[in-house]
Amino acid sequence: MTAVVADSGAIGVLDLQGGVQEHLDHLQRIRIAGRSVKHAADLAGLAGLIIPGGESTCLSRLLDIFGLRAEIEAHYRQGLKLWGTCAGAILLARENVGEAPFFGLIDIAVSRNAFGSQLDSFQCEALAPTVAPEPIPLTFIRAPKIVGTGPDVQVLLSMQDYVAAAEDDRILVTVFHPELTPSLAFHRYFARKCGLHPAGDEKTALDPDWTPQSWIRFGPHV
Amino acid sequence: MAENRYLLNTQLAQMLKGGVIMDVVNVEQAQIAQEAGAVAVMALERVPADIRKQGGVARMSDPDLIKAIKKAVTIPVMAKARIGHFVEAQILQALKIDYIDESEVLTPADEECHIDKTCFEIPFVCGARNLGEALRRIAEGAAMIRTKGEAGTGNVVEAVRHMRTMNREIRQLVNMPVEEVVSFAKNNGLPYELALEVKKLGRLPVVNFAAGGIATPADAALMMQLGCDGIFVGSGIFKSSNPARRARAIVKATAYFNDPEKILEASMDLGDAMPGLDVASMPNEERLAGRGW
Repeated sequence: MTAVVADSGAIGVLDLQGGVQEHLDHLQRIRIAGRSVKHAADLAGLAGLIIPGGESTCLSRLLDIFGLRAEIEAHYRQGLKLWGTCAGAILLARENVGEAPFFGLIDIAVSRNAFGSQLDSFQCEALAPTVAPEPIPLTFIRAPKIVGTGPDVQVLLSMQDYVAAAEDDRILVTVFHPELTPSLAFHRYFARKCGLHPAGDEKTALDPDWTPQSWIRFGPHV
Repeated sequence: MAENRYLLNTQLAQMLKGGVIMDVVNVEQAQIAQEAGAVAVMALERVPADIRKQGGVARMSDPDLIKAIKKAVTIPVMAKARIGHFVEAQILQALKIDYIDESEVLTPADEECHIDKTCFEIPFVCGARNLGEALRRIAEGAAMIRTKGEAGTGNVVEAVRHMRTMNREIRQLVNMPVEEVVSFAKNNGLPYELALEVKKLGRLPVVNFAAGGIATPADAALMMQLGCDGIFVGSGIFKSSNPARRARAIVKATAYFNDPEKILEASMDLGDAMPGLDVASMPNEERLAGRGW
């Protein structure tokens, strides 16, 4: 078995469905090499993997059908760091209230669609002191809530009656979407967790060049 | 509608990218769709193929049916309102579904005006045959666009025509000197400010799915390779001989649209596709895509 080189420099984004281009766009803004991951071979040598927002049922079906699930688990055991945003957090949770867990790799309990329908999606700002010194804009879209965390899990952001961001030593989970805001703070935080050195000033967490259409540069063009 | 609400609505569409949205007419079909990996379901009383066959006035679905489907699945639920029927849209918003499709598949309620979608909190997706139509709907507040195609035919030819037309018009816009944009916008019915934005971006500013006639995994991958962000399948799944298997296959082919081996794998052992209709010989009054403007 060949050991995975932990700081070979790239972070992958699972590219089966959902907000893939948005994460690739953010990674480029912090000068970290991003890679779309569609096949097992794409995982080789990655320092970290982002499981993006999308629909968790769809992602779980595709992960199973094409055998990526076992590959991701194998790379995780060899040191690959993982970050799940929204649906990705649901897939990584050890407990998914009322449903079977998928990867079950981080000791948290999540409750799906805990806010309601799209009419209950919202934006707000909050301070996550471990991640950034200034309040960060947060976007919740049909988001889950983290309703329980185990002893090995650190809470990074706690809201009224739920946890919105947490981590253990190898996995980061956020129920909101940093990739849908101008904030690069969580992408920098995950890059450092992967042993990488993101570019840019820690204090200016917002990228002035970001727009809601920035993802389009990684999307299909005519 | 507040600006941040519109942004949240375009961003929900972004989370659907690379996925398949399936028409369902009851709870059982909704569960089959979710199980197969659909990213959303479109709750309606009749699929377009049946609307086409049975005729009469096609309206918004029974709220009880939509409610039952909403209860049965965790994925987003969409439903259709008639073109211009803003009260049907108000009802769907009160039902708290996730997305409204202002759809030419239903009988239009207004032959002049589409719904003013900026009055709503809930997101709208609208059909388009060309760039002008897409940008007019966005100007009215649509947060997502789809090709119209020709629904209920199992024939992808019109969806291809609409996507190619949009792509061609975007390419023309991107390549033209800025002083020509005003007359291009005038001649093609493009709102000017949005035309400038498309020129800068090189594509539509919102997510654009394919719809209308997609019946096979190959059809889905074809539309994705033409540059769509995702796929709507109407009659194509539950009018086929093995809906669960076909639904899974179309999900696979959409995710791996650039990988012929995986599309081949998805295309095997599916049973019969829905029976198709020839669009070329179809009289104009039977074509749904001509509804709206």
